[in-house]
Amino acid sequence: MSKYKLVHYINQFYGGIGGEEKADIPAEKRAGAIGPGLALNQAFGDEAEIVSTIICGDSWFNENLEEAKKTVLEMVREDQPDVFIAGPAFNAGRYGVACGAISEAVKNELGIPVVTGMYIENPGADMYREKVYIIETKNSAADMRKAAPKMAKLALKLAKGEEIGASAEDNYLPNGIRKNFFEKKRGSERAVEMLLAKINGKAYTTEYPMPDFDRVDPQPAIKDLSKATVALVTSGGIVPKGNPDRIESSSATKFGEYDITGVEDLTAETYETAHGGYDPVYANQDADRVLPVDVMREFEREGIIGKLHNKFYTTTGNGTAVASAKKFAEEIARRLIADGVDAILLTST
Amino acid sequence: MVKEIERAGLPVVHMCTVTPISLTVGANRIIPAIAIPHPLGNPELSAEDEYKLRKSLVAKALDALTKEVEDQTVFE
Repeated sequence: MSKYKLVHYINQFYGGIGGEEKADIPAEKRAGAIGPGLALNQAFGDEAEIVSTIICGDSWFNENLEEAKKTVLEMVREDQPDVFIAGPAFNAGRYGVACGAISEAVKNELGIPVVTGMYIENPGADMYREKVYIIETKNSAADMRKAAPKMAKLALKLAKGEEIGASAEDNYLPNGIRKNFFEKKRGSERAVEMLLAKINGKAYTTEYPMPDFDRVDPQPAIKDLSKATVALVTSGGIVPKGNPDRIESSSATKFGEYDITGVEDLTAETYETAHGGYDPVYANQDADRVLPVDVMREFEREGIIGKLHNKFYTTTGNGTAVASAKKFAEEIARRLIADGVDAILLTST
Repeated sequence: MVKEIERAGLPVVHMCTVTPISLTVGANRIIPAIAIPHPLGNPELSAEDEYKLRKSLVAKALDALTKEVEDQTVFE
């Protein structure tokens, strides 16, 4: 049986040419496997082998992106490999970006399957995880021993044209592609098993990982509320009756900005909620239950607050992506600051 | 949204019913509300009592904006 052929891309450091001072060397090709390629070859056993290694300086690649891609693509094309493999770059930023960029180019322009590898926080990971298979590695070369078999396994699958499993099975960074499949056990059984494992302090794997949340320090308090302009913002979907901007009932792609100059009270005739996922009856009867315009007006008249801002901002928080909410809020905050608002009361359902 | 507005430089008070979510996403001033579909109301009360309830909750929220906090704080 003939072996599958691979071309391997590595940087000047792993190519044994030098460190940072050699990062500006142009791409060159050598026969056979070098450095990390030896570990990959070992992992391939007698099924595949690296026929050539392209060594390229990280700075040269990134600073001469178009020329670099063209040069390396030509080197790969000459050898017609079954699979192209790059790195792993671990947590080396420019190397990771180079691995991602050249892998994408080989895949798209030469139609050759590609595998690379890097640490999840390598900037190349977010840039290329949806474009090419990136095996998740730890942040240093000490992980090579574990990374090599994972990269080799996926490379062999690609060479053979086998079906690629889910990211968790084949160890690549989730690329945003979801595949439907039938679990052997139904949801309730899986949930109870997870719960029991959790209670017993045993390992379990969630089927719905929560995104990572970062923290923001509290802003200083308002010194004199009676001079402050306060604005209302809500993720409860309160909109003028008829939802003029058609804010989606779930997974919102937009927020609304509505003028409440002269509005003393939200009524069933004038306002409603666009929010799916909670019973809208109460908010539709009286939207003040979500967006308290009526009492804010009273506090304004009484001088407890300086002013209720004449616009409110709204979206639906139902299934809305964190990334979308972040984008909405950045724009909302920009407008509020531009309008001289001092503080925000944000309500959620 | 609470966090991004606060990051941009405005103090925010978050009024919500499920305070653990608010804590998880990183709100710093939190006022527990009544119920998910009517955080600032209670349809079982008379209109007058419901208004009073809302007024007390919003007063508490406004008060929270005047309090310095070091860390995430739920104003019970």
